[in-house]
Amino acid sequence: MKLAHRMHAGPAHIGTPRVASSFKNVHAIMHAPLGDDYFNVMRSMLERDREFTPVAASIVDRHVLARGSQDKVVDNTTRKGREERPDLIVLTPTCTSSILQEDLQNFVRRASTTSDFDVILADVNHYRVDELRAADRTLEQVVRYYLKKAHGRETLGRSLAKIPTANIIGTSTLGFHNQHDCRELKRLLRGIGIGVNQVIPEGGLVGDLNNLPRAWFNLVPYREVGLMTAVYLDEEYGMPYVSTTPMGILDTADCIRQMQECVGKWAPVLLHREVNYEPFIDQQTRFVSQAAWFSRSIDCQNLTGKRAVVFGDATHAAAMTKILAREMGIHVCCAGTYCGHDVGWFTERVSGFCDEILVTDDHTEVGDMIARAEPTAIFGTQMERHVGKRLDIPCGVISSPVHIQNFPLGYRPWLGYEGTNQIADLVYNSFTLGMEDHLLDLFGGHDTEAVGEMTHALTDKELSWDTESQLELSKIPKFVRGKIKAKTEKFARHNGIGKITVGVMYAAKENFGA
Amino acid sequence: MNREKNDMSMKRFETLTFECETGNYHTFCPISCVAWLYQKIEDSFFLVVGTKTCGYFLQNALGVMIFAEPRYAMAELEEGDISAQLNDYGELKRLCLQVVRDRGPSVIVWIGTCTTEIVKMDLEGMAPRMETEVGVPIVVARANGLDYAFTQGEDTVLAAMAHRCAEHLGADQARRTRSSLPKPLGPQKTPESTNPPLVLFGSLPSMVASQLSSELKRQSVRVSGWLPAQRYADLPALGTGVFVCGVNPFLSRTATTLMRRRKCRLIGAPFPIGPDGTRAWIEKICSVFGIQPQGLRDREDLVWESLKDYLSLVRGKSVFFMGDNLLEASLARFLMRCGMTVYEIGVPYMDKRYQAAELALLRETSEHMCIPMPRIVEKPDNYDQLQRMRELRPDLAITGMANANPLEARGIDTKWSVEFTFAQIHGFSNARDILQLITRSLRRSNMGDLGWTDMVNVV
Repeated sequence: MKLAHRMHAGPAHIGTPRVASSFKNVHAIMHAPLGDDYFNVMRSMLERDREFTPVAASIVDRHVLARGSQDKVVDNTTRKGREERPDLIVLTPTCTSSILQEDLQNFVRRASTTSDFDVILADVNHYRVDELRAADRTLEQVVRYYLKKAHGRETLGRSLAKIPTANIIGTSTLGFHNQHDCRELKRLLRGIGIGVNQVIPEGGLVGDLNNLPRAWFNLVPYREVGLMTAVYLDEEYGMPYVSTTPMGILDTADCIRQMQECVGKWAPVLLHREVNYEPFIDQQTRFVSQAAWFSRSIDCQNLTGKRAVVFGDATHAAAMTKILAREMGIHVCCAGTYCGHDVGWFTERVSGFCDEILVTDDHTEVGDMIARAEPTAIFGTQMERHVGKRLDIPCGVISSPVHIQNFPLGYRPWLGYEGTNQIADLVYNSFTLGMEDHLLDLFGGHDTEAVGEMTHALTDKELSWDTESQLELSKIPKFVRGKIKAKTEKFARHNGIGKITVGVMYAAKENFGA
Repeated sequence: MNREKNDMSMKRFETLTFECETGNYHTFCPISCVAWLYQKIEDSFFLVVGTKTCGYFLQNALGVMIFAEPRYAMAELEEGDISAQLNDYGELKRLCLQVVRDRGPSVIVWIGTCTTEIVKMDLEGMAPRMETEVGVPIVVARANGLDYAFTQGEDTVLAAMAHRCAEHLGADQARRTRSSLPKPLGPQKTPESTNPPLVLFGSLPSMVASQLSSELKRQSVRVSGWLPAQRYADLPALGTGVFVCGVNPFLSRTATTLMRRRKCRLIGAPFPIGPDGTRAWIEKICSVFGIQPQGLRDREDLVWESLKDYLSLVRGKSVFFMGDNLLEASLARFLMRCGMTVYEIGVPYMDKRYQAAELALLRETSEHMCIPMPRIVEKPDNYDQLQRMRELRPDLAITGMANANPLEARGIDTKWSVEFTFAQIHGFSNARDILQLITRSLRRSNMGDLGWTDMVNVV
């Protein structure tokens, strides 16, 4: 057992309907007690969806507990089929059905024999996988199912398209800025003359999945959802995939170069020419994206060496760390993720770009890390935003879990060249908010509090500050005061000094070179 | 005689039709009651013994509240707990000790969930021993989605708390005093001292609770306590001779517990929602204590008078309750009194005995207003309801958040039902708040038609 009241990733039965209901005309039926269908609330509220969420529950109640579901699941499935005429129904197990251990596979078999639509059981275990891995697995499962089916019926589209095309795999409902990203990716591909074969799962039709292998390669923008599918397509159909997230100018260029490699293999044969995307990258980086220019500008110079903490899912946290460190010269003191299953990749990606790596799904650990690191800005999820509020540190939200304000109506991609502009705005705004606060303090602000009240958490009983040094400390901008205080005390303790005078403060300053 | 009685009770409901559907409807899980109960009972701590599913629900349902330091937490069950590789008692004790150390509550409420039911974790059995070892009272409530819907969660918690109330001592003494001694005369005969102890049950924001108490005080009825009180230590005394009355329609288990286990006498009254309900509620309590209510009609009329602007908005409009929080019958009754037509009252569960007075008032209201009785649908089927709504085209649908936006996109105004559980809707002074909620979308519609009511492509 574990004491918790917040979590970064949801349970598995959120991930499965996220993928299922992203497809057109696919329904999910949860084997769940009353009240577990709050996925519908999230989708209807956060995404402001106009359609009824195609997720229903086959209710587990006392009777089910006593006698088993019997015909209930089968009846609910066939009824849904009659009412909505879906192409596919995905039966979704929950934590409850994990323990009941009913033979759901048998229900699926029975339901599919009497119906003209497909029924599959999502192969996810509540106690083993979280929302993201369940979504990844479900997508792979659906793709595998339909490709196998097409294989049997010999309707599989295996011939390569005449012009270079790509599948975009992994944009789904309730994903962080996924819809905007998808539009930006399409634009990016169009810019280099690559067509989009299919986008799955968002807006895709399961009936079209048999033509997935016609694309020249697959693009997996997010590691969390879609990678399994891409790996499967690579193994089974030899489709190469690009899994570098085109987030930030460097990684976007990297991603495009990888696409060039994929396309380059076939281009001489099918297009009778070589492809070269370098001029495109150059043009976009210098003139369409403002980010490269921004990193040269005076604004960004002011940010040099500022301290930041990054936390989020593996994709966004890694990309953000790299952008801050390499593109903007910001000092990332800690980069972290809650995607514990991807720790190897994450570590490899961010090492060298940050002082410390934190992999945890315990929100208190993240909060403690932020309090300890005392960054100037945080880039995290909604949870880190609230930690920031408590500690008075600005926070830019870069990853799920998110609130309704992170489903903006306006165009806000995170990927591609327009994405780099959005990110630059976010970073700059987070830091200038901090700067404003700082300037307010510097120029006669409203700072009249006594030192003792101002720095919490860092008080030390063995050390005392004399009046003069307290006065000196209160002159230091609030923004960095905590840090100066902590460093001075650390210096004093290190040198066995009990009473801190102004002299000690200066000595500490020289010692730390701050 | 018996037969006549039967006929009577048949007659009472002859115009009320109850239907029961499949139970495929959307509602909140009953563990959501921790959201308002931890705020109500200030020195409590709620420990929900469940899985990530429960935790994620609370996190999403409670929105911003969880980012404050809430006095609730999940005891999140992991695979080892389910397969009994870990010892339940030891694990729970570890967490409870941590809670006591960090938060120092006066009571810990364990909320049992579907998972604890299925793995048959004996929370009730563990609690007494744990209590002595941890040194804090532990109340166990099984608020799970297998058995209950949304607000019924509060019912299970209050029913469990009813067992923790002290025994009412003065009962025998009081009775003896009343029967043997001559009635006190002159100034001593203050009406306050005449009514036997009255305990009201149901969690209300403290301001609303004191408003209701003072309404009763106007009629010289003294309220001796509330279940729950602001603090766990202030739970009222219960026992023989204590009268109890509910303020919310979803408290039937609590009512049963109070009657059967604590030997209290239940006053069955309509619920104090809307000025009509509030008057009927007070009248019923007064009648039980043999008090003639003073100026109650006038007070009600004044409230109606003050609602005039809103009433003109709602009169003649139709409303459809999809049903998810058990407040539906009371709200429907109030809205009918306001002149609205109610097409359907969906309700998760209808306790016809506990709600008898409310249902009678509902029928009376329908006769009085010459509005046809709505159908009452227990355990509704959301899909079928949507089909019915498509035909009826109600002016307003009162529904959960899962259906609200899709209905709006189809040109049907909606009101989230959840808001009624969090807003202040009880008593005379809050009738306006109910109408404010009800009319919000109607008032918005009054801003004029922009020409785009239907926002979906009908294929």
